[in-house]
Amino acid sequence: MPHRTSVAGFWRRYPQRYRLVGSKCETCGTYYFPPRQICPKCRRKGKIVPYIFSGNGKIESYTIVHTPPDGMEDQAPYVLAIIRLEEGPMLTAQVVDVDPSEVKIGMPVKMVFRKISEDGEDGLINYGYKFEPVRKR
Amino acid sequence: MRNVAVVGAGMAKFGERWDAGLRELTAEAGVMAIESADLAGDEIEAVYVGNMSGGRFTGQEHIGALLADAMGLNPVPATRVEAACASGGLAFRQAYLSIASGEFDIVVAGGIEKMTDVLTGQATTTLGGAADQEWESFFGATFPSLYALMARRHMHDYGTTEEQMARVAVKNHHNGSMNPFAQYQRDVTIDQVMNSPKVAEPLKIFDCSPITDGAAAVILASEDVARKITDTPVWVNASVQASDTLALHDRDSLTSLKGTRIAGKQAFKMAGIEPRQVDVAEVHDCFTIAEILAVEDLGFVKKGEGGKAEEDGMFDLNSDISVNTSGGLKSCGHPVGATGIKQVAEVFWQLRGEAGKRQTDNAEIGLTHNVGGSGATVVVHVLSRNKGKMR
Repeated sequence: MPHRTSVAGFWRRYPQRYRLVGSKCETCGTYYFPPRQICPKCRRKGKIVPYIFSGNGKIESYTIVHTPPDGMEDQAPYVLAIIRLEEGPMLTAQVVDVDPSEVKIGMPVKMVFRKISEDGEDGLINYGYKFEPVRKR
Repeated sequence: MRNVAVVGAGMAKFGERWDAGLRELTAEAGVMAIESADLAGDEIEAVYVGNMSGGRFTGQEHIGALLADAMGLNPVPATRVEAACASGGLAFRQAYLSIASGEFDIVVAGGIEKMTDVLTGQATTTLGGAADQEWESFFGATFPSLYALMARRHMHDYGTTEEQMARVAVKNHHNGSMNPFAQYQRDVTIDQVMNSPKVAEPLKIFDCSPITDGAAAVILASEDVARKITDTPVWVNASVQASDTLALHDRDSLTSLKGTRIAGKQAFKMAGIEPRQVDVAEVHDCFTIAEILAVEDLGFVKKGEGGKAEEDGMFDLNSDISVNTSGGLKSCGHPVGATGIKQVAEVFWQLRGEAGKRQTDNAEIGLTHNVGGSGATVVVHVLSRNKGKMR
């Protein structure tokens, strides 16, 4: 299979995928992840600045993927969820270190840094965020 | 703006068409459409074609000119239109606008996708291109998984069940069993759907539309020309399109497509009708949950009541609103770029009483609803035998 990810295409997303660097509009106070270049609410009046998200959130919906895309075959079945970060925006990510039957809508989760996929045998290994349940200690 | 009517329609048989490439599929659908309008072919002034990814499915780009060539229509202007799974509906809308604007009088709107020349995994990856590559696909989202996320939340919020979703597949397969153009011309049972392999829970393989080769074409004409071609034109009462965020997670709701709500509302206003006045509707059932979302977001039932309405048979053939009489994407098949045009062809045949065994009684108002991706593009058309209020 041909490589999907160019080195530059991956490198340019390090801040967002490694550290949850998003953005915030100082005009209306809305947080954005992934970062937006233009605030759709304020448009030209908006003032977008970088913002690092806490990584805490809650599951809004989830699925268990049995037929994975290329490069993730060895991970299936895996839990994929839409997670609402505590600052407001939502993102799509895997939920790991959990029994799939225990995953529920509303479950608190936090970001962890993990391997995401392999781009073929000799391509890039892609890293980024996944989430795991917040466990009481 | 001028009034526009559909005056002819054609389809290539949908399915695993190992015998046919882009040219053969085009010719099958195109010839049938032109013959159905009793035209010679040289009347056609332009071609608009919906195609999602000729390049990745077959290596062939430049599909607009290829179609015009295959149909023997050179040198007419030929334009390819792309909006993922809504490419066909959008091609129809561009054709409509080209006539309504006064530029042309008679135009072909076609749609085509040749999907089985690549392995299933490659087809799935290509279809995944309709989602947000950087923020959904990268993290492991497949196309079924996005609709599974909507389904799970719909079940959570409204008590929709997997059996109710299965009922959509059963209905659409039954309709498809009566459609000679359908990929799957056979019935399925609730048990078969429920026990089929899991794809992305709660969705199973029988909740999903298949990978399909196919083409469809319709002929549109201005009012004056339409009346010369046929005594039974099907008028385009409304044509509306809306866009939304590419990523599902950026939307204000996981259980409703805003694009459908907005395009539907505008279309009903433009046509001067209420949602429940629709007799036949082809809605975008790429997954069973998608039909439930569609009937709710179009206003056929209240939000949250779609699953129950499907279970009660409200959208069966000849019930309140006959939904997906063609078999829908589920049973008729989903050659992505062709689907939006097939929807118009099906409604055209239903409104003219030419739909064979699956013909509904007294259908006067029809609707098509074509969705790109998980809802980032939505195209809605209202068609009827009455010119209605139009312009």
